[in-house]
Amino acid sequence: MKLTVSDLSCVRGDYRIFDSVGFEVDAGEAVQLTGDNGSGKSSLLRLVCGLLERESGGVSLQGAAPGAEIADLCHYLGHDNGLKAPMTAMENLQFWRAVFGRTGLEALAALRTVGLERIADLPTGYLSAGQKRRVAIARLLVSKRPIWLLDEPTSALDAASENLLGRLVDEHLGAGGLVIAATHMPLPFAIAATIDMSLQRSVPEAAPEPWEYTG
Amino acid sequence: MTMAWALFKRDVGLGGAGFVGLIFFLSIVTILPFGVGPDLNLLARIGPAILWIGALLSMLLGLDRLFRADYEDGSLDLLLASGHAMEIVVLAKVAAYWVTTALPLIVAVPFFGFFLNLEPPAIGALVATLLAGTPGLAFAGAIGAAVTVSLPRGGMLLAVVILPICVPILIFGVSATLAAYTDPDPFLPPFAILLALTLFSAVIGLFVAASALRASSR
Repeated sequence: MKLTVSDLSCVRGDYRIFDSVGFEVDAGEAVQLTGDNGSGKSSLLRLVCGLLERESGGVSLQGAAPGAEIADLCHYLGHDNGLKAPMTAMENLQFWRAVFGRTGLEALAALRTVGLERIADLPTGYLSAGQKRRVAIARLLVSKRPIWLLDEPTSALDAASENLLGRLVDEHLGAGGLVIAATHMPLPFAIAATIDMSLQRSVPEAAPEPWEYTG
Repeated sequence: MTMAWALFKRDVGLGGAGFVGLIFFLSIVTILPFGVGPDLNLLARIGPAILWIGALLSMLLGLDRLFRADYEDGSLDLLLASGHAMEIVVLAKVAAYWVTTALPLIVAVPFFGFFLNLEPPAIGALVATLLAGTPGLAFAGAIGAAVTVSLPRGGMLLAVVILPICVPILIFGVSATLAAYTDPDPFLPPFAILLALTLFSAVIGLFVAASALRASSR
């Protein structure tokens, strides 16, 4: 399987954030997107999984089952963890397992993998930021999807959990998965290519109107 | 289908504003006689309308959380990125919203009807028209909740957007209820229009809310 991003541009409101970004990710490869804040790392991930509308260019997949949509093959780990505070870690994972397809680990097995077995029955509202992040990472394991789109995956994680994430991503890559990770932090797994989004910034077409405070 | 059932069960479990809505409904029904005075005949005449308006306002109460809660904690992004049709997501969420918000009101109507000096036939007609009309209100509400999902103060705007859309359902809900026990008026025509309005708002609501949600992430 091979994911090709070609000539992709991103427009938010009146601003062009980047123009004609292109790269390829092969099976078993991880690509890192780096760049300043606001350079479009997260937007690129959202463009790939279809959360943002593609203005121009495209994302295509070679070697996938015929008829498979990219959205059906993506796991998106965003800034927000998608956990309901009153529900336990188990219940949250069981819900996402039903949504993304019961193709991966059982919810409890996934929690064991990220080392949260002991607090499986605690409402996620009581968990620390890092523990919530680990529950969100466990979500990647309960359904088998080959493309992982990770937005700041190491945020709030301690050193041990970072290593754990590295192991999980290595396993995923070893099984023929693809990873695109957006972060300016060093990642705990092997990177095939790094794309600096700051260098892709489009030249402003015209200077933006000066904004006046009239209040 | 697994997804829709899981989402429905999750939302029913989370409960929403179900219980608070019921208390709010109770306060409207008990405050009203203080306002209009202790005229039992008058209360019996306007009772069905009061219960209908009370149900409408109670359903508005938790509406702004319908999609906003998922929007804020990232669940909505995940549902959008999961590749499922958003229409199914909206259907499951609206169904859960109806079960947690409207169903308790309808169950409570026979009890509240006695507060307003309603006869058993009027109470029966109210239960029937609310059962037929509240799903329509829920779907119409979903449009407003989806359109205002990313607005920081969407709750107020939501009420302004939704109330005019709900007017036809309110008109035919109340007129069907009155017709059920006022002699010369036939019950079936307004009731059939009420059912038609609910179906109409279900079809429109599903597609409009789904596309508004898709647009919200852009």
